Amino acid sequence: MADPMKIRAQMAGDKVEVRVLMAHEMETGQRKDASGKVIPAWFIQNVTATWNGKTVMSAEWGTAVSKNPFLSFRFSGGKPGDKVQITWTDNHGDKRTDEATIA
Amino acid sequence: MNSSRRQVLKGVGGAGVLGLAMAAGLFRPGSAWAQQGGWNKQAFDSKSMADAVKALGGAQPVESKDITITSPDIAENGAVVPFTIASRIPNTQNIALLIEKNPNILAANFEIPQGTDPWVNTRVKMAQTSNVIALVKGGDGKFYYASKEVKVTLGGCGG
Repeated sequence: MADPMKIRAQMAGDKVEVRVLMAHEMETGQRKDASGKVIPAWFIQNVTATWNGKTVMSAEWGTAVSKNPFLSFRFSGGKPGDKVQITWTDNHGDKRTDEATIA
Repeated sequence: MNSSRRQVLKGVGGAGVLGLAMAAGLFRPGSAWAQQGGWNKQAFDSKSMADAVKALGGAQPVESKDITITSPDIAENGAVVPFTIASRIPNTQNIALLIEKNPNILAANFEIPQGTDPWVNTRVKMAQTSNVIALVKGGDGKFYYASKEVKVTLGGCGG
């Protein structure tokens, strides 16, 4: 099981700024190990963020996103105390969902 | 005698369970792929901007000054290059980040629902110095882009 995400959701004026740091290898499938074998790709493909059940961000990622990916975005309507939920799914079908409270 | 027979049985039973678990493990990715209709394989396999735009359902992107790419001009480490993309195109629906000289051009595609700012900040890998393209799908269904060259001192593909 993957490590938890670090999520910070803060009011920035009248908007909510969400910053997420995920723990994932994001292996590209381009690299080779010491014996010359290709290391298979292993990366996050889908990321979805919801607030009060409404999707506020959804992303599709390729292998070019950095290891331990960082994502930041802003949305309107949220207020302190609301919860923001983020889910990712990788190409192995692994999933992780974490939640943060808007500060 | 009895106990050794039990051990053998136990061993067989264990292997059986393991075999089942492995089989389940092998089948799982298959079904997971099927469920993930949300991942546009064709777009992520694209090698050129034209192919990527086509795979994303557009054609003939137009260069626009309403898209801004904020990033370092020179990235010392290609493994982690931060990008901020902002769009002022009305009703921006999608923001995609393309890196021209990466093995696969499309790095990420963000869907911007209503109520979310057309603004994203993320970090990507760059194999070498390249033009970076921000591709935006506007509310009119048309595609717009802006590009910027980023120099990479050390590639992000590792040894």
